[in-house]
Amino acid sequence: MFAAPTLNLWVITPLIILTVWAIILMFIDLFIPAGKKQWTGWLTLVGLIPALALTLMQWGQTGGAFIAEGGQPMVVVDNFATFLNTLYLLTGILAVFISVSYIRDAGLERGEYYFLMLFSIVGMMLMGMANDLILIFLALELLSIPLYILSGFDTGSDTSEESALKYFLLGAFSSAFFLFGIALTYGATGTTSLPVILDTISLDDPLALAALGMLLVGFAFKVGAVPFHMWTPDVYEGAPTSVVAFMSIGAKVAGFAALMRVLGQGFPMWGELWQPAIVVISALTMIVGNFAAVRQQNIKRMLAYSGIANAGYILIGVAASATDPEAISASLYYMLAYLFTNIGAFAVVIAVEKLDGQKGLLVEDYKGLAKRHLLLSLALAYFMFSLVGIPLTGGFTAKFYVFGAGVTAGLYWLVVIGAITSVVSAFYYLRPVLYAFMYEGPAVARVSRGLMFVLVVAVFATLVFGIFPGPWYELASQATFGNVATFVAGG
Amino acid sequence: MTNEVLQNWQFIFIFVALSPIFPAAPVILNRLLGPQKPNAIKQQTYECGIETVGDTWIQFKVQYYIYALIFVVFDIEAVFLFPIAAAWGLLGLFAVFEVALFIIILAVGLYYAWNRGALEWF
Amino acid sequence: MIPLSWYLIVSALLFSIGLFGLLARRNAVAMLMAVELMLNAVNINLVAFWRYQTPEAPAGLAWAVFVLTIAAAEAAVGLALIISVYRRRDSVIAEELDTLKF
Repeated sequence: MFAAPTLNLWVITPLIILTVWAIILMFIDLFIPAGKKQWTGWLTLVGLIPALALTLMQWGQTGGAFIAEGGQPMVVVDNFATFLNTLYLLTGILAVFISVSYIRDAGLERGEYYFLMLFSIVGMMLMGMANDLILIFLALELLSIPLYILSGFDTGSDTSEESALKYFLLGAFSSAFFLFGIALTYGATGTTSLPVILDTISLDDPLALAALGMLLVGFAFKVGAVPFHMWTPDVYEGAPTSVVAFMSIGAKVAGFAALMRVLGQGFPMWGELWQPAIVVISALTMIVGNFAAVRQQNIKRMLAYSGIANAGYILIGVAASATDPEAISASLYYMLAYLFTNIGAFAVVIAVEKLDGQKGLLVEDYKGLAKRHLLLSLALAYFMFSLVGIPLTGGFTAKFYVFGAGVTAGLYWLVVIGAITSVVSAFYYLRPVLYAFMYEGPAVARVSRGLMFVLVVAVFATLVFGIFPGPWYELASQATFGNVATFVAGG
Repeated sequence: MTNEVLQNWQFIFIFVALSPIFPAAPVILNRLLGPQKPNAIKQQTYECGIETVGDTWIQFKVQYYIYALIFVVFDIEAVFLFPIAAAWGLLGLFAVFEVALFIIILAVGLYYAWNRGALEWF
Repeated sequence: MIPLSWYLIVSALLFSIGLFGLLARRNAVAMLMAVELMLNAVNINLVAFWRYQTPEAPAGLAWAVFVLTIAAAEAAVGLALIISVYRRRDSVIAEELDTLKF
C-alpha cells in the first residue's frame, strides 16, 4: 500500500515562493504594456527578497523534505545549502538591478527575461539542496534550460543566437554524461540517494568508478573547468552582458555546490581516488585560464577566461576537502568574495558598453575613461585588483584562505601553481585599468541608478571582505553538511 | 545460457520466416487471378489521390513548429498522468492534490502560450 | 533470460554512437539527435538496472520517465534555437557559425 511521503514543506519554502511568484509574474506580465516591462523587473524583487529573508531564517536549521517511508529525503536544508542559497539570491537581486536598464537600452525589453531568471535561480538553489542524484540532474536542467534561452535573448544579434546554440549543444552533451554517470551509480548501488550510496558502494566496483568519472565530467563542464571549458568564452562573448553577469556566478556556484555535495556526501571515502583528478583539473584550469586570458582583446572574453581561472582556485579547496572536510569552507568563502567582485566588474563592463552593435567591449575602448568617469575607473581598478588578489580586497583574502587550505592538505605544488598564475593574471587584469588611467581616449560610460547601486554594493562588500574577512570566513566554516541521522528522523 | 537465449528467440525466428508470406500472398494471388487491363490513369503514382502541384520537397510553414512545442506540454502531461491513473486506487487523496497542482502548472503554461498568440495560424 | 550485460552493451554502444554523432556531425539538427540518442542510452541503462537489480522498487522506471521529460524540454528549446539561427543565416551547419571566433 502506498504511503504518502513526509513532506516537511518548510524546508523548501524559499523555492516555493520563487516558483509561485515566477508563475504569477507570467500572468502579471501579460497585462503590462510593452515599454513598461521594467515593472516586471522590479516586481521580481517581490519574490526574491522574501525568499532571501526566509533563507536567512533557515540558517542553523537542518531538515529534509520528501522523505519516503523508511527512505532518505530528496531535498535537504543545512547550513551548506543555506549559505549557497543566500549567494544565488544575492546574485539574482543584483542581476535584476543590472538588467533593468541594460535590457531596456539594448532593446530586449521582454518580460520573459525576469521569470526565466527566477526559474533559473530555483534550479540553482535546488542544486545545493538536492540529496539525490536524479534531483541534482533535474535541478541542473532547471538551471540550464532558462540560461540557454537567456543567452539567446538578443534575437536581433548573430552572436547572441550563436552563443545560445553552442551553449545548448555542449550543455546537453554534458548533461548526457552526467546522466550516464547517474545511471551507472544506480546500477552499482541500486539507489541514487547520496547517503545510501555512501552506505552501499563498494570500493572495488569498476562500475562505480566509471560512474564517478562521468559525474566529474558533467560537473567540470558546468563549472567551466579545463578541459571542458571551450564553451565559456564563446557564450560569455555572445550572450547579453547582464545575463553573463548573472550566470558567470550563479551557474558556476551551483555547479560547485552539487560537486561538493556529491563528493563530500556520496563519495567521501573515495577521497584518495578523486583527489588527484580534482588536483589535475584544478592545475590545468588555473594555467589554461590565466594564460589564455592574456591574449584576449575583448573584455567579456577576458572575463570568461578569468572565470575559468577562478574555477581553478575554487577547485583547490575542493581537492583539499578530500583529506580535510573543513577545507570546503575556504571554497565557499572564495565564492562569496568572487560573487561581489565579479558582478562589480561586469557592472563596469555594462556601463562602458555601447549598445549600438558590439562596441565598447574591447580593452582599448577603456582608454581615457578616468578623464570623464573617475569614480567608475576607480571602481574598475578596485575590482581588477581584487581579481588579481592584491591585499585589502576580497579577492586577496579569498585566495589566502584557499591557498591556506591547500597547504594544510599538503597540496604544495598546486598552491605554487596558484600563486604563479595569480601573478600572470595581473598582466591582463591591469590592462584595462592602465588604459583607463594612462591613455588619452574617447571612452564614455553611462551609469544608470540600478548600476550605481550594484557598483556601490560590490565595492563596499569587496572592501569589507578585504579588511574584515574573519566573521565571514567563520560563517563559511559553519556552512557544513547536515548530519545524515537527523534527515532520517525528518528534522 | 546461450541455449536459453535461443529458446527465447525461436518464436521470433519462426515469425520472421513466416511473415513474408502474408504480404506476398495477396500480391501474387492478385497477379494470378485478376484481369490485367493497364491504362494511363491506373499507372499513376497516386491512383486514389490528387496529383501533386509543384515540387514535393517544400518546407512546412514555421508556425507548425510552435504547435509541436505546445504539444510537448500535453505529451508530458500524458507521460506523468498515465502511471498515476494506473495506480489510482492505491494512491488516495494525496495524489489528487499532487495531480491537480501538476495540471494547474501545465495549464498556466498553455494559457501563457495561448495569450502570446502561439496558437494563432497566420 | 537475456543477461544484464547485453543491455549494458547496447546502451554503451548507443551512447558512443551519440557521442560520435555529436562530435562528427556538422548539422546542428543532427547534433541534437545525437544528444537524444545519448539520453536514450541512459534510459536503457536505468530500466535494465531496475529490472535486474531492484525490481521491487520502481525508482529506475520512474527516473526513465523523468529523463524522457527533460529530453523533450531540451529538444523543444534546442529546436527553437536552431530555427531562430536558420531564419537569420539560412544555415545550421556548425562550422558556419563562426562569428565568435577570433
